[in-house]
Amino acid sequence: MVKNTNDKMFIMPNRRNLLKIGGAAVLTTPFVSRAWAATTEINMLAWYGHGEPDMVAEFEAANNVKFVSKYYAGGDNMMALIAQSPPGTYDIILSDGEFVQQLNAAGYIEELNAADYPFDDMLHEDFTKFPGHWADGKLYSMMLRGGHLGVSYNKNAISAKEAESYSCFWKPEVKGKVGHFDWHLPSLGMISLYNGNNSKLWDLSDASWSDVQEKTLSLRPQVGGFFDYGGTFNSLKNGEMLAMCGIGDWITGVLEKDGAPVGSAIPKEGGIQFTESYCIGKGSEKAGMVTKFIQYMLSPVGQVKSAQMAAYPGFCVTKGGRAALIEADPAEAKRSHQMAGMSNEPIALINEGRIHYRDIPKQQSLEDWNDFWSEYKNS
Amino acid sequence: MPIKKSRKIDIYAMTWRLPIIIWQLLFFVGPVIFMIAMSFFLVKNYRMMEAFEFINWSKMFSKNYFWDSYFYTITIASISTILAMVLAFPASFALAFKASEQMRRWAIFLLIIPFFTSYLVRTFSWFVILSEKGVVNALLGYIGLGPFTMLNTNFGTLVGYLTLTLPLVVILQTVTMANIDRTLIEAARNLGCKPLSTIWKVIIPLSKTGLIVAAIFCFILSFGDFVAPFYLGGSQEPTLPILILDTTKSGQQWPRAAVVAIVMMITLFSVAFIGIALAYRKKASK
Repeated sequence: MVKNTNDKMFIMPNRRNLLKIGGAAVLTTPFVSRAWAATTEINMLAWYGHGEPDMVAEFEAANNVKFVSKYYAGGDNMMALIAQSPPGTYDIILSDGEFVQQLNAAGYIEELNAADYPFDDMLHEDFTKFPGHWADGKLYSMMLRGGHLGVSYNKNAISAKEAESYSCFWKPEVKGKVGHFDWHLPSLGMISLYNGNNSKLWDLSDASWSDVQEKTLSLRPQVGGFFDYGGTFNSLKNGEMLAMCGIGDWITGVLEKDGAPVGSAIPKEGGIQFTESYCIGKGSEKAGMVTKFIQYMLSPVGQVKSAQMAAYPGFCVTKGGRAALIEADPAEAKRSHQMAGMSNEPIALINEGRIHYRDIPKQQSLEDWNDFWSEYKNS
Repeated sequence: MPIKKSRKIDIYAMTWRLPIIIWQLLFFVGPVIFMIAMSFFLVKNYRMMEAFEFINWSKMFSKNYFWDSYFYTITIASISTILAMVLAFPASFALAFKASEQMRRWAIFLLIIPFFTSYLVRTFSWFVILSEKGVVNALLGYIGLGPFTMLNTNFGTLVGYLTLTLPLVVILQTVTMANIDRTLIEAARNLGCKPLSTIWKVIIPLSKTGLIVAAIFCFILSFGDFVAPFYLGGSQEPTLPILILDTTKSGQQWPRAAVVAIVMMITLFSVAFIGIALAYRKKASK
C-alpha cells in the first residue's frame, strides 16, 4: 500500500514537507510576478497630485497601466531630476509652461503630433500657440490646465476692495502677517507688476530690476515667513498669515472648499498665470500610451478631474472640459469663476490683458533673481 | 643595548577593527572627499560638470547673505545650547541625586520615548500648541494676556531645537552626575561647603566632561537642524541648512551647497575639537 503523504502534509508538517512547499513557492513566484507584470508601468514626473488616484485611477483601470510618479517642486527641480536621469526614465513629464522651452532646448522631450490633440476645442487662442510649446512649427507640449496668481488673503483681515491692489500687502494691520510662497519667480513677478511693468514684468531693464528689488525689500518688515507648499496651507488655515504673496486659487481654493475664510483675487495691476503642460519624455517606449493619456486628460472627463484635483485646483483649458465641469460640478465651476459672465472669469481676464503668463527673467539670469531672493530672506 | 621590538600585525585585533574602518571609509571619508571635490565642479544646464574652479567658493564667500546666515546659525545654535544646558541641569540634578534608582531608570526611559516618534511629527505638533489660536494662547487668554506670535519667530525655532536636544541633554547630564563618587560630595558638605557651593565647586567640576559632551551634542544638532528653523521659524532668517536647500532648489547649485556644507563641517569640527580639549584638559599641577 502506497502511503499518501499529501494527506498528512497539512496535519504534521516536517522539514521535508516544508522544503517542498517552500521550493514550490519559490519556483512559482516568477510566474505570479510575470502575470502582474502584464500591467504597463508609466513613469511620470510631475507636481504633487497629478499621479494620485483621483487623477489616474480610472485611466489605469481602463488601460491596464500603472503610473509610477516622481514629484518635484519648481521648474529648476524638474530640470535637475531629468538631467540626472538616463534618457527614457520618464515617460510623461508635467512641466510648468515656461520651462517647456528649456526641456526642448536640452533635448529631453519628444515631438508631439498636433493632430492627436483637440486644438479646435481650446478655450483661448493663446492656448493653441502657447509660448515655448512650439518650436520651428513643431509641437512639443500640450497645455493641460492653468491657474491665476494674485493677492491671496484672509477675508477677515483684508477686504475684497483692498485685495484689488498688491498695496494691501503693505497694510499696517497685516505687519508680520504677510507670507511668501518660497519661490522667487511668482513673488518677484507680482512686485514687478505692482511697479507697473505690465507685460514687461519679466523683461526688466537694469533700472527696472533695481526698482523691483527696492520695492521688494520695502515689503520685508511686513513678512512673517517663507513657506513651502504645506507651510503655506497651514499658515493661511490657522490664521498665522493673513495675506500671501506668490500664490493664488491653487492654494486658497483648497482651503476655501474646506471652509477657511480665505480667497484670491486678481488685482488691478494684473495677475500671473501658471500653466501646466504635458510632454512625452525623450526615449520613452510608451509614447503611444502616454499620448492616449494626454488625450484622456484633455477630454471633458479628464478636464473635470483636473479642475477637481484634490491636491490643488486648476481651470479647464478646453470648451468641452468647461461645459462638462459646469454640468458635473456647478459649485466648483462657480467657486472658480469658470462660468461665462462671472467677474474674474479666467478667459475674460486674459482677454482684458490683466493676466501675464509666468515666464523666466529675460534680461537677468535665474541665478540673479535667486541671489536676490536669498538676500531678501536674510534682510 | 636596547632590545628592538618587532611590530607584528595583530590579525585578531585587525579583524575586529576592520569593519568599522571600512564603514567609515565608505560612508564618511568617501562622501566627504566627494563633497570637497564637488565644491569645485560647475553646473551647466542643470547638470554638474567635473571641473576644478574656485568660482563656487568665491561666489559664496562674497555674498552677504551667506555670512548673515552663518553668524545667525552660530548665534541661534549657541543660544539653544545655553538654554538646553540651563533648563536641563535642575532636572538632571534632581534625577541624579534626589530620585531613587528605580525612578531614575523610569525617567530615562521616558526621556528616550520621544525619540521613538519622528522629529518632524513632533515639530508639527507644536503648530497646535504655539499658533495664535493654539493651546498656549488660549490659556494665556484666560488671564487676559496675548495672543502672542510664537510661530515663525526665533522663539519658535528655539522651541524646535529644544524639542530635539533637551531630552538628550538631560540624559547625558543625568548619567554623568549619577556616576559622581558620593563620598566626595559628602566630604565637601562635612568640610562646611554649602549646597550651592557644592554644586559649583564639586559637582560641576567632577561632571565637566559629560556636561561639555552634552553641550557639544546640543550645538551640533541645533546647528545642523533644518526642520525647526524652516517650519517653526518660518525660514525668516535662513540658517545654513535652509541656505543649502535654497541653493540646490534654484539652479541646482549643488557645488555651492557643498561649499556651505564644508563650512558647516569645519565649524562643527572646530567646536567639537575645542569642546573635547576643554573636557579632557587636566588641571596644571601646582
